Amino acid sequence: METFVVFFLNGLSYGLLLFMLSSGLTLIFSMMGVLNFAHTSFYMLGAYFAYVITGLVGFFPALILAPLLVGILGAAFERYSLRKVHVYGHVPELLVTFGLSYVVFECVRLIWGPANVDYRIPDALSGPLFTIANVKAQGVQFLLGAGDPAICGPAAGNSCTQFPLYRGFMALVALFMLGALWLLLTRTRIGLIIQAALTHPDMAQALGHNVPRVMMGVFGGGCALAGLAGVIGGNAFVTEPNMAASVGAIIFVVVVVGGMGSLAGAFLASLLIGLLQTFAVVADVSVASVMQSHGQTVNFEHWSYPLLKITVSQMAPILPYLLLVLILIFRPKGLLGTREE
Amino acid sequence: MTSNVYRFRPLNLGRWLLWSAFALVLFVAPMFLKSSLSLTMLTQMGTAIIVCLSYNMLLGQGGMLSFGHAVYSGLGAFAAIHTLNKVGAGDWSIPVSLIPLVGGLGGLVVAALLGAVTTKKSGNTFAMITLGVGELVWNMSLMLPEFFGGEGGINSNRVVGQPVMGITFGPQIQVYYLIAVYCFICTVLMFAFTQTPLGRMLNAVRDNPERVEFIGYDTQRVRYIAFMIAGFFAGIAGGLYALNFEIVTAEVVGAQRSGAYLLFTFLGGSLFFFGPIIGAVLMVFAMVMLSELTKAWLLYLGLLFLFMVMYAPGGFASLLMMNMRLAAYGMLKRLWGVYAAMAVTATLVILPFAAVVEMVYHIKLNEALGPVMRFAGMDLDTRSSTTWGLTLLMLAVGVGLFELVRRRFSRLWNQIQEDIEAQLARTPAL
Repeated sequence: METFVVFFLNGLSYGLLLFMLSSGLTLIFSMMGVLNFAHTSFYMLGAYFAYVITGLVGFFPALILAPLLVGILGAAFERYSLRKVHVYGHVPELLVTFGLSYVVFECVRLIWGPANVDYRIPDALSGPLFTIANVKAQGVQFLLGAGDPAICGPAAGNSCTQFPLYRGFMALVALFMLGALWLLLTRTRIGLIIQAALTHPDMAQALGHNVPRVMMGVFGGGCALAGLAGVIGGNAFVTEPNMAASVGAIIFVVVVVGGMGSLAGAFLASLLIGLLQTFAVVADVSVASVMQSHGQTVNFEHWSYPLLKITVSQMAPILPYLLLVLILIFRPKGLLGTREE
Repeated sequence: MTSNVYRFRPLNLGRWLLWSAFALVLFVAPMFLKSSLSLTMLTQMGTAIIVCLSYNMLLGQGGMLSFGHAVYSGLGAFAAIHTLNKVGAGDWSIPVSLIPLVGGLGGLVVAALLGAVTTKKSGNTFAMITLGVGELVWNMSLMLPEFFGGEGGINSNRVVGQPVMGITFGPQIQVYYLIAVYCFICTVLMFAFTQTPLGRMLNAVRDNPERVEFIGYDTQRVRYIAFMIAGFFAGIAGGLYALNFEIVTAEVVGAQRSGAYLLFTFLGGSLFFFGPIIGAVLMVFAMVMLSELTKAWLLYLGLLFLFMVMYAPGGFASLLMMNMRLAAYGMLKRLWGVYAAMAVTATLVILPFAAVVEMVYHIKLNEALGPVMRFAGMDLDTRSSTTWGLTLLMLAVGVGLFELVRRRFSRLWNQIQEDIEAQLARTPAL
């Protein structure tokens, strides 16, 4: 029970991080029709910029400065490269971002080296946020911080599970950012102009709004969101040149599973995949072990044994992609998608 | 995307000449390039040509941007190498020269299975799904070491079975000619495919799927069939790869290889049938030679790709054809001067830029070897500020000069195009 709660919260915070990434991707996609292949490259840049800025002025300024820098880079890329290929159609747009992902990957390796950098969680945010203890004969208790040594010390013999403070901070930042984004898009004049530029670009232009500049802002904003995810995700996981590729395919899965261009769908799919991956890692069962526990003999020589012996935890990396395939078979437009392509 | 079909009237002599020349090049190439390095590269080019052409069946002809084409060539390679091992163990008896076909069948079966899912969508969604499916197969390859051989891969020996007419496929030259024959036949078949009604429907599905649906065709089925055919040819290339290297590791299904196919097919030119052939030759050059020359080759490649997408989305093939058009109107000579100037100024940009990149790499990786490094016949001191200052100055001057020449070029180019249009307007259409 106590491990379940902590795993659930861990999965939730991972899912929220995925959503920070996929929301930027979805925003850019639904507004400009551009599938930004380099989106996770901006996520990686966010993490590396945060690493540098943390070394100079500390983590909390980096939380603001790194996404700003990434956003400026993204806007510059849109202005000087993406806008040029816009006339050729969507496939060249995707290709130009694909090329960018190569360039960013090599530049990061060039500047920071091929190994991972020492980007750590700040001291103020390390340590456990709360502890859930399963105390003998008293049931489950909820304790703040690391918990009372009398209950959770090694001598007490109770099972205690800690939830890291930083995970909570990640979830908080993600939720705060999403709230701010939602308010910006629906409750402000800027948001109205963005929505108008999305649905009626010609009319918005005729009313005197600079639609290309709005697009540049949207692209930069989306990249800044990815950068923010990099700042808080880079130290929770690893900051290394392959981090972009490792998460890149997953957020594409999120976007397809949620439904192309649907923010709510992306939210649902992010949480689903976050929870799925977190729980799969601890599920140590396989078809073969289930068969054995039901009293069937397992033939180790049979050709299908290598397939059947794979445990769910080993399968964790492919679960998102299996989900993708299943969704495409049974619900091709995605969980909350509306457009049938 | 528009496709141009060049036909020579009234007799299709040019096509016969081109194909004969292609066969001749394949036949005589190893007689002139005798060193073992060039033979290795020629063999790899043969397989690369097949796989890039099969990729272009999706990208250029079907408008399907796939990020997972290595899955089909890679699984074809695994099918071939397992078959080869079975033949070697005496279980099955298939002539070695037909094993690439087994690879092709493997690619076809996998494409039939996975394509049923991926071709449900087109455009951007298709691209994302192929990426996901590629990751799925790549991760599966790590989970199933029994089939994929884990870290070490699957080894084999291609000298098995009875030699036919004294051909054992032991020496590299015999493998080259096997690959050359396959390469030629596959290229002919893939070109023939573009001329079939299905090939034409595929172009229609790329250009206007809605209209195709109204005519009564099922766009998904057209995409699906094309996808399977592309998977078949990719599998043949994979089978040849397995025969050539006699070892197949899991990385042949990886995303990096898929990315390379996409990159080089596009660089070669996806709008023309022969574009991917240029791309395949470039791919082997880049992977064998360029990666030896510099560690930062992916950076140069990525930048080249970026500029290509921005300024010449038709790839090298379209650059070639545009200049052929000029030559046909006798106007190419007006550009020689400006081309020479562009080449000089481009060198002035590329050299200092590469020097900067290499110096950064040197500081990062080879600091232990001392601050001095050799670059383009010069000794550069990476610690001295004069070196950096001069290099950056040269870069700035180079960029400025190149921009001046580029403006002059684009003026001249537009003028020539106008002249050609005027000339066309004067002569009545044939």
